[in-house]
Amino acid sequence: MKPRLPLLLAIAGLAAAPLLLPQYYVTLMDYVGLAGLVTLGVVLLTGVAGLTSFGQAAFVGLGAYATALVTTAFGGSPWLGLAAGLTLTAVAALFLGFITLRLSDHYLPLGTIAWGISIYFVFGNLEFLGRHTGLTGIPSLSAFDWTFDTAGRLYPVIWLVLALALLSTSNLLDSRIGRAIRALRGHTRMAAGFGVDTGRLKIVVFVYSAMLASLSGWLYAHFLRYVSPAPFGVNAGIDYLFMAVIGGSQHVWGAVVGAAVMTFLQEWLKDILPHLLGRNGNYEIIVFGLLVIMLLHRTSDGLLPFLGRMIESDKRSGRPASARLLPQRPKLTPGEPLLSIDNVTKRFGALVAVNNLSFDVRAGEIVALIGPNGAGKSTLFDLTTGMLSASAGKIRFRGANIERATAHGIAKLGIGRTFQHPNLISEMSALENAAVGAYLRGKCGWIAAGLRLDRAEEAGLLDEAAARLKRVGLGAHLHDAAGSLPLGSQRILEIARALCADPLLLLLDEPAAGLRHLEKLALAELLRDLRDEGVSILLVEHDMKFLMDLADRVVVMEFGRRIAEGAPCEIQSNPAVLDAYLGGVE
Amino acid sequence: MNLDIALWLSQDAITNGAVYALLAIALILVYTVTRIIFVPQGEFISFAALSLATLQAGETPGAVYLLIAGGVLVVALDTSGEPWDLARQRLPGRLARFVAPPLAAGALARLSVARPDALWLQILATLAIVTLMGPIVYRLAFQPIADASVLILLIVAVAVHYVLTGMGLLFFGGEGLRSKPFSLLSFKLGALNVTAQSLLIVIASLALIGALWFLFERTLYGKALHATAINRVGARLMGVSPNLSGQLSFTLAAFIAAVSGVLIAPITTVYYDTGFLISLKGFVGATIGGMASYPLAAAGSLLVGFLEAGSSFWWSAFKDPIVFTLIVPVLLWRSLSAPHSEKDDAQ
Amino acid sequence: MNRRDSPALLVARDVTISYGKVAAVRSVSLEIRAGEVVAIVGPNGAGKTTLLAGLMALLPLQGEVRRFGATSGIPPTVEQLVRAGMGLIPERRELFGSMSVEDNLRLGGFDRWRQGARDGRSDLDGVFDLFPRLRERRDQEAGTLSGGERQMLALGRALMAHPKLLLLDEPSLGLAPLIIREIFRIIDGLRARGVSILLVEQNARAALKVADYAYVMESGSFVIEGSAAALAQDDRVIEAYLGVAATTPPSN
Repeated sequence: MKPRLPLLLAIAGLAAAPLLLPQYYVTLMDYVGLAGLVTLGVVLLTGVAGLTSFGQAAFVGLGAYATALVTTAFGGSPWLGLAAGLTLTAVAALFLGFITLRLSDHYLPLGTIAWGISIYFVFGNLEFLGRHTGLTGIPSLSAFDWTFDTAGRLYPVIWLVLALALLSTSNLLDSRIGRAIRALRGHTRMAAGFGVDTGRLKIVVFVYSAMLASLSGWLYAHFLRYVSPAPFGVNAGIDYLFMAVIGGSQHVWGAVVGAAVMTFLQEWLKDILPHLLGRNGNYEIIVFGLLVIMLLHRTSDGLLPFLGRMIESDKRSGRPASARLLPQRPKLTPGEPLLSIDNVTKRFGALVAVNNLSFDVRAGEIVALIGPNGAGKSTLFDLTTGMLSASAGKIRFRGANIERATAHGIAKLGIGRTFQHPNLISEMSALENAAVGAYLRGKCGWIAAGLRLDRAEEAGLLDEAAARLKRVGLGAHLHDAAGSLPLGSQRILEIARALCADPLLLLLDEPAAGLRHLEKLALAELLRDLRDEGVSILLVEHDMKFLMDLADRVVVMEFGRRIAEGAPCEIQSNPAVLDAYLGGVE
Repeated sequence: MNLDIALWLSQDAITNGAVYALLAIALILVYTVTRIIFVPQGEFISFAALSLATLQAGETPGAVYLLIAGGVLVVALDTSGEPWDLARQRLPGRLARFVAPPLAAGALARLSVARPDALWLQILATLAIVTLMGPIVYRLAFQPIADASVLILLIVAVAVHYVLTGMGLLFFGGEGLRSKPFSLLSFKLGALNVTAQSLLIVIASLALIGALWFLFERTLYGKALHATAINRVGARLMGVSPNLSGQLSFTLAAFIAAVSGVLIAPITTVYYDTGFLISLKGFVGATIGGMASYPLAAAGSLLVGFLEAGSSFWWSAFKDPIVFTLIVPVLLWRSLSAPHSEKDDAQ
Repeated sequence: MNRRDSPALLVARDVTISYGKVAAVRSVSLEIRAGEVVAIVGPNGAGKTTLLAGLMALLPLQGEVRRFGATSGIPPTVEQLVRAGMGLIPERRELFGSMSVEDNLRLGGFDRWRQGARDGRSDLDGVFDLFPRLRERRDQEAGTLSGGERQMLALGRALMAHPKLLLLDEPSLGLAPLIIREIFRIIDGLRARGVSILLVEQNARAALKVADYAYVMESGSFVIEGSAAALAQDDRVIEAYLGVAATTPPSN
């Protein structure tokens, strides 16, 4: 609990600030809080989920203008204004998210720049929004007998809202949904393979961050008591992103640090630069630009690490997990039909990767898929797990057609997989990586996670992950970062993660590649045990010797077709296979 | 709207569209070589237009000093951390590459101030100042993090946009400037009065698009430049230096910006922050071209030009939102036609 | 063959390569002479790939490296080494995925072309003769090739530069046995054409068969070295890397 003390001191300092600081600084601290709220959304969106928005200021504007209009033109209460602002923001963010989030990296930032500029001009040109002069006469916030009409009185409101937002966002990140959000940054296929509806999750993250911005806009409007378009332009949107970058976009506290550094620096530069340059103007942007450039040349973690470990209380990976399994699905009777590939074809343009392929996997079997590289084995895995859709043919899993199903839908049916190139979140611990596999075995949503009502379930998921890791022999590495493990162990970790999904069918893509001889023997042993426990396995492998005593059946592919099928010993002497594939093994 | 107005608007649309096209192709050029979405391209345009107007007003633009300081900083950075004898050995080459050209551009600027009637000299000085900024900006801001993700590069690009915008205000002040027209010539095309200035813009635009298309599609140099963006390590192993490629692409982009700036300086009043808006409109064009195709981007930019001309006639207050809203259907179209981006986990 | 016969193309003495504080390669010394195939075998994570990256100047290293007889205080750049005749085919191949096979190959000869050599056409035909599969796929995007074809393209692309010394990182990784055999046949052929090769392999059996001399690398250091024939008989090597003693391959 050592790292807690500085945190408590910081909180105490913030609480005492309005009593100790002069009015001017209290006002500045209000601005820091307002900006921090927006930047928190940017941290979640950009730093954690890998999505970038330059348009957050526009959402602040929506929140501010909505409440301004509701309270002035319609005489409604600020609470009605808040509801209006959040609703409007959610709708706008949903729409924007829908059109940009499916695209690759750079379209979202570009789309948000365009959106930020457009909304600024719209605010500035609409008669009923007061054009460039804006709207005045917005009432102060009041509740019961309290009126929050000065910077000092609003201070606790702003910082309480920010504190709650920080707490709930940080709770959220430490949950099964949090792990899924972190997987969005570069691992969407993997996340989908474990049941995460990544398209939906991206939009929800975007909407969540937009709502934080809108909330800040609502507070802002009732703080300043007038709104005009200027603070909601695209430059303000850039500023919020810079705050996240400067503070540290990987961590919720980076939002507060960044907001504070930029707000205070801006004030200070506005005082000092005109003296230095002998002219008035918006010169502080030169300093901000240089600061961001120089910072990014050194680190992408922002200033937070320089402030030491005081707020880096990393409770996520520190928790000891006991190895205990969650209740599992009922196992199938051996021999029951499980997966059936029925005349499946997949074309990429002119290239036919899988050509009219058929074979079955029954419950309790280990089936191996071998064939030269490029024979279509990994493509078949992608087709079976819904990451690609077949050009023709049927794929059935326990009788249900899945050739058109989504990846996350198929994951629910009980198919778990590993990837040919290990697809792990390298900075996350092995334990957390494995727990991503258990995504579908929890139910708690955003609100439960934010309020920490998911602890019992979360402990269960982590125990499951720990049990699976011990099972595959990684028990000593639970808290090591996945990226620090050797490649062979990363492949084994992938198997543990797939097992956390409690699959009926396990698809393994070259699990033994990169393993040493003894490690291969141990892996074969593990796979046999799993089969005996009722998990069926379909695996791609090159090492025939590894397969000899392991596989029940071998399916041989060449140029997308099945050229042979049978017991391993038959395959080894099959003339067609020898010709196409084995040749004289070196 | 009658035909005359329609024609007049069309001329406007084509002229502006050609300027956006110059921007769009420069953005694509930089993106295909370095993966940088080069937001500050617009600032180069304002720098060029404002430098030209400043030279015509008989003053040396402050941008010259920025350029020289930048060159000195590049040499200092390249030299620092090297053993002394090695640094001394390489110093002359570095000075020749990064300090001598800015000094020459400065001398050219001084010379043109002394000869206020020599328009060609002013244009030459302007082209030199802005073109030379390209490699220096690349070296200082992007080269140290050339391996970073597209997003980090974009954030740095926006930061450079901030720095250059602030510098623009510092050097040129907040007042808008407009330079003298190159030629007052115009001729009648039916009812339309075509100005030579517009024609020049369109021709320059077409010529540069053609040249870039040829460079990247038909020459091994172009392919080597493009290879840097696809796979930096791979390119290095072929003997292609990513640093040189990056600097070269920025030099070309800055040159295109300089040409654009010189061309628009006589027909629009340019402010220190005009570049950003022009830049974003170029983006809409480049986005239509998928950040990859020069001809498509040019067509997209023309569309932006027409949309802008049309909306300025009917609903001028909302001209900019309308143009930027165009990005919505474009993105929607790209989102529906593009396959799911599955590249993220590929490696 | 006597290792003293031919001139040394690359000599490394006490080379250490670190990532931050962790040394991935620790005081390694090795030598490659003209016309030789030298193999480095060892498990994943032993530092083999890092060593190659250091030798190719992709990573900074400590220690002394003499390439083509030149000692220099100035560490050379990758581009200078390419010009001097060194080539690296990395484990990930690093092809230009969205470019055609032919463009990939032509870029392999970019530096020669820039130097004024205009024999790219015949070089291209030479590569196509060596890998007829690539000729069939010359207009196809490199990213759509199968693993074996990618390796062929990587080899072909490297050959376009007329290298004197080729560093090969795991040429057999992820390839089917038949293609592995093909690749090793080509490596053998390259030696005959006078290209010296430094081969990094996990597939110790195949590597020792083709190599003249070999080093065994574990946890960043060389633990055994000797002629490849001797290493193939070495009990420690057999136990750790060859698994059980080499079985007779199934005959056709």
